Amino acid sequence: MNAPRTTGSQRAAIERTGRTLGRRRLTNSIMLGVMYVAAGLATLPLVFILVHLVREGASALDANFFTKMPRPVGEAGGGMANAIAGTLVLVGTAAAIGLPLGIGAGLYLAEQGSRRLASTVRFLSDILNGLPSIVMGIFAWQVLVRPVGHFSALAGGIALGVMMIPLVTRTTEEMIRLVPASLREAALALGYARWRTSLSIVLRTAMPGIVTGALVAVARIAGETAPLIFTAFGNQFWSLSLDQPMSALPLQIYAYATSPFEEWHRLAWAGALVLLALVLIISLVARFVTRSRFGGGHD
Amino acid sequence: MTTTVMPPALPSTSTTPDASPRVRVAVRALDAYYGATRSVRDVTLDFMDGQVTAIIGPSGCGKSTLLRCLNRMHETVPGARAEGEVELDGTDIYGRGVNPIEVRRRIGMVFQRPTPFPTMSIRDNVAAGFRGMPDAPSRREVDVRVESSLRRAGLWDEVKDRLRDAATGLSGGQQQRLCIARALATNPRVLLLDEPTASLDPLSTQKVEELVYELRGTVTVIIVTHNMQQAARVSDRTAFMLMGDLVEVSPTSQLFTAPRDERTEAYITGRFG
Repeated sequence: MNAPRTTGSQRAAIERTGRTLGRRRLTNSIMLGVMYVAAGLATLPLVFILVHLVREGASALDANFFTKMPRPVGEAGGGMANAIAGTLVLVGTAAAIGLPLGIGAGLYLAEQGSRRLASTVRFLSDILNGLPSIVMGIFAWQVLVRPVGHFSALAGGIALGVMMIPLVTRTTEEMIRLVPASLREAALALGYARWRTSLSIVLRTAMPGIVTGALVAVARIAGETAPLIFTAFGNQFWSLSLDQPMSALPLQIYAYATSPFEEWHRLAWAGALVLLALVLIISLVARFVTRSRFGGGHD
Repeated sequence: MTTTVMPPALPSTSTTPDASPRVRVAVRALDAYYGATRSVRDVTLDFMDGQVTAIIGPSGCGKSTLLRCLNRMHETVPGARAEGEVELDGTDIYGRGVNPIEVRRRIGMVFQRPTPFPTMSIRDNVAAGFRGMPDAPSRREVDVRVESSLRRAGLWDEVKDRLRDAATGLSGGQQQRLCIARALATNPRVLLLDEPTASLDPLSTQKVEELVYELRGTVTVIIVTHNMQQAARVSDRTAFMLMGDLVEVSPTSQLFTAPRDERTEAYITGRFG
C-alpha cells in the first residue's frame, strides 16, 4: 500500500484489525496448546503399554522363553517356542493366501476402476475389512473345521489370510493409483501389451508402497486372536503340521493370562512383549522399504 | 553438438515439395472421436519419408489427437475411437488383423512430460522397448543397442559413466532425451513427438530441437507443437489444424511466409490462438 494517504475505509479496516489482533493471537495459542496436548495423549497409550509390558514381562524373557516348550503347572521355567513358531507358520500361511489375492484384486480395482463390477468388489472388500474378527473365526470353524472334524493350523491360516485380503487390496489399489498415467501411456506406446504394462511398469513402480501395505497387514493379523480360537485352537506341544492344532502367541497369551497361576501370568506378559516387538520390527522394515526408492536393474 | 539450429533451408520455392521423397505415413479421411465429440475431422495428409513434419494449431485443435491416431494410442483412452485409414508403408494400421502392439513397436512416441520408468536404471530404460520381447537379444547386443540409441539421442557422453543409476536422477531435459533414446532403440520408422519441449527449460529445449533436426533423414519425425517458432526451426513441412480440421499443409518456409489459407495467416500473425 504505497498510496500517499489512506482512505476512510482502509483506516477503519486497520483499526478493526488492531482490535481483533490480540484476540486472534490468544485463540491461536490456546488452539495450538490443545493440539499439542492431543498429540501427546495420542502417543501416551503406546508408551504406557510398552513400559508396562517391559516391567511385567522382561523378567520372564530369557533364552528359555524362545527355545523351551511350555511346562506343566507348578514347574518353574518353560517357554513359548511352539507358540512363536506357530505364529510364524500361521502368518506365513495367511500371507501366502492374502497377498496374491489382495494384490491381484487391488490391481484389478485400480486398472478397471470405472466398471460396475469393480465398484461392487470395492464395496464388498470394505465390508469384509470391517467384519469383526470373531465372526471370521466362527465362519472359518463352520466351513473349515467342522467338516474335517478337528482343529487345524490350516483353518487358522486361511481365516487370517481372508482377513488380510481387504487390507492388501485397498493399499494396493491406492498405491497403483499414485503411479502417473503418463508412465502407463509410455509403456503402451513402446509396444507393451496391457498386461505387461500393468505388471512390469505399473505394479513395479508401486511396489515399495504395496510392500509396506502388505507388511502392515501382516503386522495387523499377527496379533489376531479371535479367528484362531475356533481354528488353530492352540497346542501345548511342538507342532508344525498344518492339519493339526497349532499354538500361536496370541492364543498362548490368552490361555496363560486367564489362568490362575502367577508363573503363567509372567509368561503371558513376556509373550505380549514378544508379539509387540514382532509388530514393531515389521513396521520398521516397512518404513525401511518405503525409503529406498530405486530397486536397481533386473538382471 | 555445438551447432545451433538453423532454420530449415528448403531448396525449392515451388509449391510442390521436392518430388523424390516417398510417402511414409498416409492419412486418409481420418475422423477421431472422444465419445460423441469429433476431435479430428476428415483429415487427409501425407508424411514424407525422412522429413520432419510439424503439426501446429491452437489448444484443442486436435493436433495431439491426430498424432495419437498414427500409432493407435488414441483408442487406449476409454470411449475414444478412430475411423478412416492410416497407412504405414502402404499397410493400413487400422486394417483387419493388425495388432496395435506391433504398430506401436514400429512407431516411437515421446510425450509432453518426460516419462522415464522410475524403477529402472538408465540402461534398462533405453532397453525397455526391445528387451523381453519374443526375440530377446543377448546381453552384449543390449549394450550395443543401448549405446547406439543414447548416441543418437545425444545423451551418451552425459550418462555413459552412470548407466546403472536411476533414470529419475537425470535432469528434465536429459530425461526427455532418454525417452527419445528409448523410442529410437526399437528402430522405429516413424517418431511421434507430442510437444516434447513443453515442460523443458530453453537450453534443454534447444538440445531436443537440435536432436530432432539431426534425426531427419534417418527417421520420419512428426512433431506436435504449439510453438510456431519451434515448428519453423525444426520442420521441413508444417500442417496447420483448427477445430479438428486440417487447414493447410505446406513446406514450412512457405507456410510461414506465404500461407495459402487466410485462417493460417491469421494464426501465424497472431490474430488468434
